[in-house]
Amino acid sequence: MTQPSLEKGVNILREQIDGPVAAFFSSCVHCGMCAEACLFYTETGDPKYTPIHKLEPMRRLWEREFTFAGRIKKWLGLAPPISDEELEQWQPVVYDSCTLCGRCSMVCPVGNDITYMIRRMREGMAASGNAPQGLIGATTRAVKLGSPMGVKLATLEAQARHVKISTGLDVPFDEEGAEYMVVLSSMEVVNYPEYLEAITRIFHEAGKRWTISTEAFEATNSGIQIGVSDIAAELVGRIVAAAEKLQVKTVITPECGHAYTALRWEGPNLIGRPFLFKVRHILEVLDDLREQGLLQTSGMENDRITFHDPCQLVRRGGVVDPPRNLLNMVSNNFVEMEDHGTMNWCCGAGGGVSANEAADEIRLKAFKRKKAQLESLEVETLVTACANCRIQLEEGIEENEMEIPVVGITEMLAAHLVEHPSSDEGEQP
Amino acid sequence: MSGAEFLLWMRGPGISFAALFFIAGVVLRLIEILMLGRTKNLAELRGSGSTAGMRTIATRFLPADANTFRRSLPTIVLGYLFHIGLFVVIFLLTPHIKLFQSVFHIGWPGLPTPVVDFFTVVALVSMLGLLWRRVSNRLLRFLSTGEDYLSWAVTFMPLLTGYLSYHHLLLPYSWMLGIHILSVALLLVIFPFTKLMHSFTLFIARYYNGAIAGEKGVQQ
Ligand code: SF4
Ligand code: SF4
Repeated sequence: MTQPSLEKGVNILREQIDGPVAAFFSSCVHCGMCAEACLFYTETGDPKYTPIHKLEPMRRLWEREFTFAGRIKKWLGLAPPISDEELEQWQPVVYDSCTLCGRCSMVCPVGNDITYMIRRMREGMAASGNAPQGLIGATTRAVKLGSPMGVKLATLEAQARHVKISTGLDVPFDEEGAEYMVVLSSMEVVNYPEYLEAITRIFHEAGKRWTISTEAFEATNSGIQIGVSDIAAELVGRIVAAAEKLQVKTVITPECGHAYTALRWEGPNLIGRPFLFKVRHILEVLDDLREQGLLQTSGMENDRITFHDPCQLVRRGGVVDPPRNLLNMVSNNFVEMEDHGTMNWCCGAGGGVSANEAADEIRLKAFKRKKAQLESLEVETLVTACANCRIQLEEGIEENEMEIPVVGITEMLAAHLVEHPSSDEGEQP
Repeated sequence: MSGAEFLLWMRGPGISFAALFFIAGVVLRLIEILMLGRTKNLAELRGSGSTAGMRTIATRFLPADANTFRRSLPTIVLGYLFHIGLFVVIFLLTPHIKLFQSVFHIGWPGLPTPVVDFFTVVALVSMLGLLWRRVSNRLLRFLSTGEDYLSWAVTFMPLLTGYLSYHHLLLPYSWMLGIHILSVALLLVIFPFTKLMHSFTLFIARYYNGAIAGEKGVQQ
């Protein structure tokens, strides 16, 4: 990151103000409904967590420079400029207590996409040096080491060897012309290696050629969470370069919410051109395989299970039906939470919150919303499709002395996978 | 100045000036927003942004779901009552329609005056309720600024003075009607520079929100 300064911050924030932002600020009637949709407000009752209030410095900049009346106020000295102190004061609400979950944007009666603005506001915060330390650390590691958690290729290769030992199958690295290129999240590599084994077996059964690039296997993007588009573009660029070098048809993002948003929706806009390959979430791919009859499972889970919708995947990403189709394949006791799908409540750890130690306390407070949802359902197992959600869910469940195991969909499917003897390698049964 | 002279002036130059100011202000504000535009989305889209945007303009007239409704119940109920009342009073009172007709040369049937009168009371009472919530509810008090109270006042006054003049209360009719028109003029002049602009800009806001989500395949 370049040396931050207030001037840079304000300049960048100014660039972030576009038609939607101006329309949103012009329309707010201070009704407070966005607060009731935000878990940081509902779980604390503190009005400072009102989503639209998190944008006050940006709103002031917009009013001062983009409206007629504001320019007059500025000229009369009635609209003071943004100060460093002000931005610093806003850091906790812009970062620690916003997961960019997008729920506020669903309920605002005038139609404000508040989340869109908070994502943009972070660009100004970061450029002015007001991003939290934890996120700066993660971003720096992502740029220098290729992973926000500092996970190296050797770690992944070790996981691949484990997969080989337990399944007899190779995890293919750097295979040119494969149909799929898989990218992973560091959290998965470290905490949930089950995922790698699951996809290895599933793709083998489906007869699909896939690969992992040794040059770009990290899917997460701290640049998006902290709000530095240049870095976000660089991280996306690494995956793009690898995918184009290996000439794959589709890049598959892992069970991670923001990695999907980063690559699928922000990616092409960050690098300034459309991709030459498709980007799909693993659940979309699995759902396609299911439709084509290439994903066959046997047996059913009898436990009462529910699905936690990762915000970036569902509400902000549009992958709503695939997880449900897939779960119904292996469960005959799948129940929905009261607010689910695009209206689901965030786990409390997205949008960089989990990488930001300053947010630890409020993050666990925010989990109470999920806790209430889970308790009213009385489920035995919780399924999700994001490693970051999963860590938060596991931590929250433990903290609250509940006993609900958390599972990823992909591994749940793999546990029911119908496998054929692998003598006739690659051929379809 | 007599009541009749005052009324005559308000009806003529007074309200005309305010209306011109209103139109110029609103157009300026809309240009300020639309000029900024939105950069083209380069991602492989899952759906049409414009279709979803148009859809959201319509769907946001209703709360997102039952739980959202429940969580903000007083705000939503009072908000609906107020807006419906206001709409009926502005557009379905026969003297107002006659006024629009004289300016725009299009008319439409109005409602019987006693019905409109009822809606005026609905609007007035719900506005008092909204004001009460603004000052008594912790969240709303925190969010509220001077502009919120100003917008409230300039919207409340025309309703109140209209009601008083129709019922020949407080002041001689011509004075009260003159004050009613004055309060409308004030509303028109202040309108473009406050959150009252949401009456126009919410269509743009909803469109953008719906389009951004719709391009990703999220229906609202
Ligand atoms: S819900 Fe929308 S209009 Fe209401 S306070 Fe929040 S941003 Fe403003
Ligand atoms: S995006 Fe989510 S966490 Fe952030 S303000 Fe909106 S509702 Fe709250």
